[in-house]
Amino acid sequence: MTLTQQRKLKTIITGLFAWTVALVLFFPIFWMFITSFKTELQAISTPPSLFFEPTLQNFVEVQERSNYFHHALNSVVTAFGSTIIALIIAIPAAYSMAFFPGKRTKDILLWMLSTKMLPAVGVLVPIYLLSKDYGLLDSRTGLVIIFTLMNLPIVVWMLFSYFKDLPKEILEAARMDGATPWDEMVKVVMPLSVGAISSTALLSIVLCWNEAFWSITLTASEAAPLTAMIASYSSPEGLFWAKLSAASTLACAPIVIFGWFCQKQLVQGLTFGAVK
Amino acid sequence: MKRSITRLLMAPSVILLLAWMIIPLSMTIYFSTIEFSAYNPDQNDFVGLLNFEFFITDPAFLPAVTNTLILLLSVLFITVVFGVILSALIDKPFFGQGIVRVLLISPFFIMPTVNALIWKNMMMNPVYGIFAWISTSLGLEPIDWLSTYPLMSIIIMVSWQWLPFAILVFVTALQSQDTEQKEAAQMDGANGFHIFRYLTVPHLARPIAVVVMIETIFLLAVFAEILVSTNGGPGYDSTNLTYLIYNQALLQFDVAAASAGGLLAVVLANIVAFFLIRAVGKNLTV
Repeated sequence: MTLTQQRKLKTIITGLFAWTVALVLFFPIFWMFITSFKTELQAISTPPSLFFEPTLQNFVEVQERSNYFHHALNSVVTAFGSTIIALIIAIPAAYSMAFFPGKRTKDILLWMLSTKMLPAVGVLVPIYLLSKDYGLLDSRTGLVIIFTLMNLPIVVWMLFSYFKDLPKEILEAARMDGATPWDEMVKVVMPLSVGAISSTALLSIVLCWNEAFWSITLTASEAAPLTAMIASYSSPEGLFWAKLSAASTLACAPIVIFGWFCQKQLVQGLTFGAVK
Repeated sequence: MKRSITRLLMAPSVILLLAWMIIPLSMTIYFSTIEFSAYNPDQNDFVGLLNFEFFITDPAFLPAVTNTLILLLSVLFITVVFGVILSALIDKPFFGQGIVRVLLISPFFIMPTVNALIWKNMMMNPVYGIFAWISTSLGLEPIDWLSTYPLMSIIIMVSWQWLPFAILVFVTALQSQDTEQKEAAQMDGANGFHIFRYLTVPHLARPIAVVVMIETIFLLAVFAEILVSTNGGPGYDSTNLTYLIYNQALLQFDVAAASAGGLLAVVLANIVAFFLIRAVGKNLTV
């Protein structure tokens, strides 16, 4: 065998292997997807059926019975709302830490990260009681507040790690022209970091969309996002796999498709820019 | 002047996070030391450490702590080891790389409640599930995963979610590996294993530290998978600390015991974090 042939063979083996791993890991999602187009009887048939006449009946029933669009709207409002607020609070902080670092900057950043290590369950009782006292139980406002605070450290960190890679000379040039720190942030740093800010926003949206602990404990029906809606399906509807799959597909599709387009930025973001 | 402006820019984030940390936490501490009765909320007698005693002597406590740690360590092990091996194997150009990447990352975007439902019903169901079908096709007795191996089932679900994340982080990191170094090593007669062991693994030290840190934050808090698939059972076999406290707070309305438990969860997380933040803090450039 010549060297080029050897190399070709290697590429083919790598490819086959990679495809096998990817298909195995993707299989449960694929199965959920096709089950959502089956009838209930086909969904539990053995051997599992791969070829069948697809039906959209399940999707219709899911919307009728659990009001999918209501919960989807809750997910959209809480995810986008909290992301926007978190960005407004975090951008100035990240900017000031990246461009005017003090002796304590590193400590503050590590402290912010350490608040993420505080398990949510440690503050479950007070947050539940406070929400109840202020009428925020089962309300979108309550969930937006929690989500904002929950993701704030990650948003600050991510923005910080992008900002600190910006060339400092640009700011100095702006300062020569008499710009104040505020001007620098709004007119120089932010326009330069549109990409960074949007990938931070994407990550925050994904984390909110899939958040389950607070969604399940703090909402019931009015403000329940999709994660909580699916959890409510867990027991009584447990045996209606086709409908369950349809609901699950509807709940995940927006964020999975969203994720496909920006997976690279998301991974970078979630590693706080430490892996590029 | 400049100093005060930069402080002002930082203030909202710092104050909010400080409040988010201190107010609920001090309330938890307060609740954990009183006798709380849902029927008579105004009568709050100080009982010292009684709630902690109650929580720790609860038969579910020890299994919950053990399960939390087993879950954390198993998933970390599976995702890091398989993540490194798989990413090293697929880090070469091949046909359809883009699609493979998209397929690989997908489980990471599936919400935990859906994850649990897919595995509970369509994969692990002992009668109609895919695993049962595979077993019977091979002439074996199908396994009732969730009642026979509840904790392992949860570990499978959670690993399925986080393995793609680890693979993608490592693949991204490997792309910055020095190819000349690899070629030089090959010239000197190093085989694939040597290159993996002495070049690839050290290159991945930092990404591994990051993956371990991020996953730990989320793995200590695994909740929805348990709630949806096993409800912590059978017995306490798949109850972790998060689920136990949720159970005590919102199902049994035992505010005091749940608060004591919450504080213990904070302590546990801090012990884990103490080692992790120190190890990882060195690896993050600030």
